[in-house]
Amino acid sequence: MINTLDQIFVLLKHWIVGLLPGSLGAFVGILLSVAAIVAVFPGLFALTTVLERKGLGRMQNRIGPNRTGPYGILQPVADGIKSLTKEDIVPVSADAAVHFLAPLVLVVVVFMGFSVLPMGRNMQLVDMDAGLLFFFAIGASTELSIFMAGWSSRNKYSLLGAMRAVAQMISYEVPLLMSSVAVVMITGSLSLVKIVEAQNQYTWGLPHWYIFTPWGCAAFVMFAIAATAETNRSPFDLPEGESELVAGYFTEYSGFKFALFFLGEYLGMFSMSGLGTTLFLGGWSAPLAVLNSVPSWIWFFSKVMLSICVLIWLRGTLPRLRQDQLMNFAWKFVLPMTLLNLFVAALWRFMGDGLLRWIVCSAILLGAYVVVGRTEMRRKQYGPRSYRYAE
Amino acid sequence: MTIVFWILAALTVAGGLAAVTLRNTVHCALAVTAAFAGLALLFLQLDAQFAGFAQILVYIGAVAILVVFAILLTRGSETAEHGVFSRTWLAGLVIAAAVFAVLGWAVLRSADTLSPEAAAPAVAVKDIGNALVTRYVLPLEIVALLLTAAMVGAVIVAMHEKGDTK
Repeated sequence: MINTLDQIFVLLKHWIVGLLPGSLGAFVGILLSVAAIVAVFPGLFALTTVLERKGLGRMQNRIGPNRTGPYGILQPVADGIKSLTKEDIVPVSADAAVHFLAPLVLVVVVFMGFSVLPMGRNMQLVDMDAGLLFFFAIGASTELSIFMAGWSSRNKYSLLGAMRAVAQMISYEVPLLMSSVAVVMITGSLSLVKIVEAQNQYTWGLPHWYIFTPWGCAAFVMFAIAATAETNRSPFDLPEGESELVAGYFTEYSGFKFALFFLGEYLGMFSMSGLGTTLFLGGWSAPLAVLNSVPSWIWFFSKVMLSICVLIWLRGTLPRLRQDQLMNFAWKFVLPMTLLNLFVAALWRFMGDGLLRWIVCSAILLGAYVVVGRTEMRRKQYGPRSYRYAE
Repeated sequence: MTIVFWILAALTVAGGLAAVTLRNTVHCALAVTAAFAGLALLFLQLDAQFAGFAQILVYIGAVAILVVFAILLTRGSETAEHGVFSRTWLAGLVIAAAVFAVLGWAVLRSADTLSPEAAAPAVAVKDIGNALVTRYVLPLEIVALLLTAAMVGAVIVAMHEKGDTK
C-alpha cells in the first residue's frame, strides 16, 4: 500500500501506456510526463504568487489580496484572466520578431530544466548520465533570452536592465557551478538520480544529506546565495530595480507576454530550489528513517516549497544590494570560498571516516570565512559615500 | 538519416546562412546562436552528451553572450547601410569551399579505415573525466594556464593606469 502510494504516478503512467499499442504507447508515455511537468509547475506558480503576496503583506503590516475568493486564493485566476485580456503593446521602434521570441525562449528553456530533476523515486523525465551538466547548460541559455528582451525593446531602461541581469547571471553562475562541483566530487557522478541515491541512507535514523557535512553546509550556503542571484530575486533584484529602471528588461512587455516573463522567473525559482534540494537536501528522501512511509514526491515538493518560503522571507527582509557590492561579493568572496570548498571536499573524500576529518574540514572553512571576511572589511574604508556623477 | 537529423541540419544551416546574410549585427549574433544550438543538438543525436552540453554551456552560455556584449559596447549595433557583402566575398567563398572540400575529403576517406559494422563505443561522461585527468592532464593544464593568462591580459588592458583620472 505504502509502495503503491509512493509510485502512484509511475504506475498510473505505466497503466495508460499499457493500454496502447507499442510505439504509440512509448510516445504517449513521454507526452504524459511532459504534460505533468507543464501542468504541475504553473499550478505551483499560481499558488506561490498568492503565498508571496500574502506573506509579503504580513511582513509589511498589511493584509494582502483578500477580495477574490475565500482569503484571496482565487487571485491568480483573476490575474491570469486580466493578463490574457489586456492589450498586447509592441513599441513602434521595437524589433518585432525578437521582441516576440524572447518570452517564448525564456519559458521553453526554463521548462527544459525540470526534465532532469528527480521529483520522487523513479519520477524523472530522463535519467541522463550528465543530468547536472544539462541543467547548467540549459540555465546558461536563459541569459540570452533576457538579453533579447532588453535589446529588442529599444528602451534604455530595458537595455540597462538586461545588461545588469546578464552581467549578474554570468558572475553568479561561476560560484553556482563551483559549489555544485563539490557534490559531484563526493558522489562521483553527474547524474542527479545517483546524487539523490547517494544521500538516501540513514545512520541511527538520521539521513546522509550533504548539507550535514562541513563542505556540504558551506557549499549549500554559497549555492543558495548564487541561486538567489541567478533567479534575480531580492536582495539581488537589481535588474528590475523599480526605483532605478522602471521594471528592467521587461519594461516594454504587456499582456500575456509580461505574464510569461513572470512565469519564467518563478519557474526558474522552482527549478533552482529543486536543484538545491536534489544536491544538498537529499532530493526526495525522507528527513528521518521513520518517515520513509510518506511518499517520496511529497518530500520533494515540501522541500521545494520550503525553499520558496525562505526566498519570500528574504525578499521581505533584506534591502537591495548596489551593483558594485554585488560584483565584489561574487568575485572576491563567494568565488574564493567555493574554490577552497573544492579543496575541503577533496580532503573529506580522502581522509577516511572518523572525527578528525570533521574537525579539520570545519576548521579550514570557518578559519577562511573569518579571515577573508575580516580582510575584506578592513579594506573597505567605511565613511560617507562619494558619488561620481551626482552631488 | 532520420527526420530529426534533417530538421536539425536545416536549423543549423539556416542559422549559419542567416548569420552571414542578415543586415542587423545583433540579428546575426542571434542567428549564429541558433546555429550553435543546432550543432549541439546534432551532437546529442549522436549520443555525445558531454560534447553536446559543453557546446550549449560554452557557446550559447558564454560565447554568444560575449559576442552580443561586444556588439553593444562598440559602435556596431547599427544596421549596415549598403549590402552585407564585402568586396572580397568571392575570395572568401573560394577559401571556405576549399576548407570544406578538404574536410569532406578527409571525412569520406576515414570512413574506409573503420569497419562500418563496429558498434559505436558507449562513452560515459565519467570516462571522459577520467581520461582528462589521467592521460590528457598535461594538455588540460596547459589550456587552463593559457586561458588564465588571456584573462589576466584582458584585465591588464582594461585596467586604469596608476594616477589615471577615472
